Amino acid sequence: MSMRTPLKEVRRLGSAKEGADHFWTQRTTGAANLVLSIFAIWLAVSLIGADHATVKATIAQPIIALPLLLFVTSAAIHMRLGMQVIIEDYVHGEAAKIVLLMLNSFFAIAVAAASALSILKLSFGG
Amino acid sequence: MADAKAERGSQAARPLSPHLQIYKMPVNMLMSIVHRITGAALYFGTVLVACVLVAAASGPDAYATVTGLLGTWLGQLVLFGYTWALLHHLAGGIRHFIWDTGRGYKLETVDLLSWGTLAFSAITTVLIWLYVLFVAGGSAP
Ligand code: HEM
Repeated sequence: MSMRTPLKEVRRLGSAKEGADHFWTQRTTGAANLVLSIFAIWLAVSLIGADHATVKATIAQPIIALPLLLFVTSAAIHMRLGMQVIIEDYVHGEAAKIVLLMLNSFFAIAVAAASALSILKLSFGG
Repeated sequence: MADAKAERGSQAARPLSPHLQIYKMPVNMLMSIVHRITGAALYFGTVLVACVLVAAASGPDAYATVTGLLGTWLGQLVLFGYTWALLHHLAGGIRHFIWDTGRGYKLETVDLLSWGTLAFSAITTVLIWLYVLFVAGGSAP
């Protein structure tokens, strides 16, 4: 007979008590994306055919750079959480799930960092 | 399935639904799946956004290369798909927000919201691309 208490057996098997937080961050970033996506579409369309100097000068303006930074950040947080749910729904092997969840975080952070660095370089870099 | 009875002799003709060939997927179910598919597509689509920004930050040559690639018919197709995915997911998100308030669960309303998201995304995508192709002069971004 096991000397382990029932509590010891079930520890780490239940909810991590983060569900509501996940839900709210998904909604909050979703709401932010609602506004910021429309801005991003407008920006992309308005820069069609523009030469590089114009693109650089446009993105260098704080009024453009700021919402663009917010867009890539909010989208990254939102899509990381969203893909986490997709992975948890379809991948049931424990090792595969952990690896994919890590790759998911790496991907979201890498995309956001590359975008943010580029926006900052366009803003400040000579 | 009236002839089912004849073929099976004494067995009563039982209803055969849901059946793979005659099953009709409810529109809200389809739109729920599409919300997930567009979410996943946008996930990888953010690489496009990052590529354009990195290219712009790298200099005129890199920017010309990336916009050149996006200007090919394949690139335009991908951008068209990205536009639709974003607008459809955006509309689906608003539908989720309505449901989150506890409203909009009557069956007719559910159907209306589902068709509404599709209509919204189709119309806005076509309008934006008509503008892109015929007013702004092609080759987004
Ligand atoms: C770059 C933009 C966006 C990306 C990359 C993105 C990505 C995703 C992904 C991967 C999911 C998970 C799908 C699922 O679990 O089925 C998701 C879910 C969601 N998205 Fe987005 N999304 C974006 C924009 C938006 C916008 C503009 C809105 C709001 C208007 C929004 C609202 C939502 C909501 C409410 C959910 C949760 C759906 C649920 O609980 O089933 N998203 N998104």
